[in-house]
Amino acid sequence: MIDSVQKIDNFAQDLTDEVRHSVHNASALKTKSRVDSLWRDFEDPDRMRKIAGDIKQHVVENLDTYLPKVEEKLTSNGVHVHWASDGETACRMVLDLMEKIGATKMVKTKTMVSEEIELVKYLEAHGKEAVETDLGEYIVQIDHDHPSHIVTPIIHKNRRQVARSFEREGLGDYNDDPQVITARARKFLRQKYLTADVGLTGANFISAESGRLVLVTNEGNSRFSLAATRMHIALVGIEKIIPRDRDLVLFLNLLARSATGQKLTVYTEFISGPKGPRQPEGPEEMHVIFLDNRRTEVLDSRCREILRCIRCGACLNVCPVYRQASGHGYRSVYPGPVGAVLSPLLAGKDFPEMADLPKASSLCGACNEVCPVNIPIPDLLLKLRDKAKQEHVASPGSPPMAPWAIMASQPMLWKTALTAGKALDYIPPELVPVPEFQRWNSARILPEWRGGEFRKWFRSRRRRPEDEKGACDHAH
Amino acid sequence: MHTEDRQKILGAVRSALAPLKNRAAYPEYDPVFALSKSYQPGAERWEAFGTEFRKVHGIPLDHPSALAEELIGQKALFGYCDPQIAEIIRKVLPGDISFETEFDRAKVDVYQFGITRAAGAIAETGSVILNERTSASRFGALAPWVHVACVSSRDLLGTVAEGLEKLGDDPNIIWVTGPSKTADIEGVLVEGVHGPGIQICLLMD
Repeated sequence: MIDSVQKIDNFAQDLTDEVRHSVHNASALKTKSRVDSLWRDFEDPDRMRKIAGDIKQHVVENLDTYLPKVEEKLTSNGVHVHWASDGETACRMVLDLMEKIGATKMVKTKTMVSEEIELVKYLEAHGKEAVETDLGEYIVQIDHDHPSHIVTPIIHKNRRQVARSFEREGLGDYNDDPQVITARARKFLRQKYLTADVGLTGANFISAESGRLVLVTNEGNSRFSLAATRMHIALVGIEKIIPRDRDLVLFLNLLARSATGQKLTVYTEFISGPKGPRQPEGPEEMHVIFLDNRRTEVLDSRCREILRCIRCGACLNVCPVYRQASGHGYRSVYPGPVGAVLSPLLAGKDFPEMADLPKASSLCGACNEVCPVNIPIPDLLLKLRDKAKQEHVASPGSPPMAPWAIMASQPMLWKTALTAGKALDYIPPELVPVPEFQRWNSARILPEWRGGEFRKWFRSRRRRPEDEKGACDHAH
Repeated sequence: MHTEDRQKILGAVRSALAPLKNRAAYPEYDPVFALSKSYQPGAERWEAFGTEFRKVHGIPLDHPSALAEELIGQKALFGYCDPQIAEIIRKVLPGDISFETEFDRAKVDVYQFGITRAAGAIAETGSVILNERTSASRFGALAPWVHVACVSSRDLLGTVAEGLEKLGDDPNIIWVTGPSKTADIEGVLVEGVHGPGIQICLLMD
């Protein structure tokens, strides 16, 4: 392995071609269907993104009024509201709620918050069964892997890998037809739904106006989790609020198209309480746990715009770095551009560990352009780079600048260096006895040396008579 | 403990926001600009719904009499039917198609079809609306391979915005836009993951 400049580069170098192709192809496809569906359907999708962004920014900056408001609404709808400052508290609350009704089994839907607090691991350590029901998440679970994408958790796997996992788990002989794999998961997970006591979900949105929780899925796993179980627990980040139900016109339209290019996800659920009295199936009890887990620290930072995020994954799909490095290269629950902002912020005192992520970007701005809530991600990356500098976080991989500073302040030395640099065209880079240079060069190809060209040009230019008159003489 | 965390979180939120001189205002906007270009406000609603529903691989049926042929074509001969419409449905189905009106969990994989009432449908997106009051069984609309949502023409809505306005006070509303699906494995579309692989919408009257 070549020791390159940044951790994420090292990770990307170790990826197999198989993984790189999986990630690259899937994300490119999604980027295309996002653009196609937005511009086919709307006159001005950019205006929609901007207004959606303004609405979420309004919520973020008024959470102090929205949180009590949504709590009151939920309570009057018959929902129990809980508050958890950190992940451990939230995990314990879920466990306590399960024990309260003597529950041993949980089926859960895909929720990034539960990944963030490692809920499944916690519950399993306390003797509970917690089964992921989203197909991708289920595969991640049986492989003891981590999701590498917010929306498509197994974007890094191909059908052959999945088929081998299913074979290993005793779900049938090796068969890599996605249709067959899906049918086997359907059959197996049905029994899990039917025997589970608790259904755990996240929330894509929660309306302050009605206290409605909005959940979107394509597979129907969330609906199934809430048909067979007695208790519904929803884990919700404190930033998930939207002011009014009608705002969902923007958010639902933007979310589905940004995530998968669909007009709407197949199942869009609006849940405002436990099951109705005449309904034979469904949870009799509903609990919402509002989770902070350092979101208030993000709110207190100069990067609070990131709290607008609705987790669509569009910035991952479009990002040239994500496409090369895949999600695991970001070493955190949230990968891609959004992760490069959010992960360092959510790391608390471990910020220095994650401070390299904001540098893993060329600041090309594509993430900002596709964001359904118009988050200025490149600006936030710059602010985080600045934060790292202010806090004197060491910057591994940065070339030492001191020799450059000495040369640049002494004209003779500079001139000599410019001429001598020509030698780089002839000496193979691996023979240059500077380790930093070798490292930098290992992943890059140096262009032909052009040192001194500007000076040469500048000198010859000044000799031309029309320039001798001075730079401001063009008016005649 | 819970109240302690509540105070802690709300306190942290307040102090984080305190230095802000101006808070971002709620932007007033007319949601009509988020209306899909393909939606024609004057169009016949069932027609418009059908077009969109087909795009998401749903099957619209114009009349109860078309149901028998569709079920036979899907080889769905035994299923569940919402008791509130059982009488009408029995009249249009031949004797070799039978159903039960109480969903038995033990037969979750035995039922080949589920027929339930729908609270409405949305033309703009081709979505069927199920809710707690109208639809008898959450399982009936979800577990069998074929789901038939029965909608009345007076409950057909035009747009997503109308759908949101009419959420009302039902505790559990679900918009179904096509059969259950995934593209988790290599982006390959597979229909019928946990829910129905065939989604039908039947116009009752």
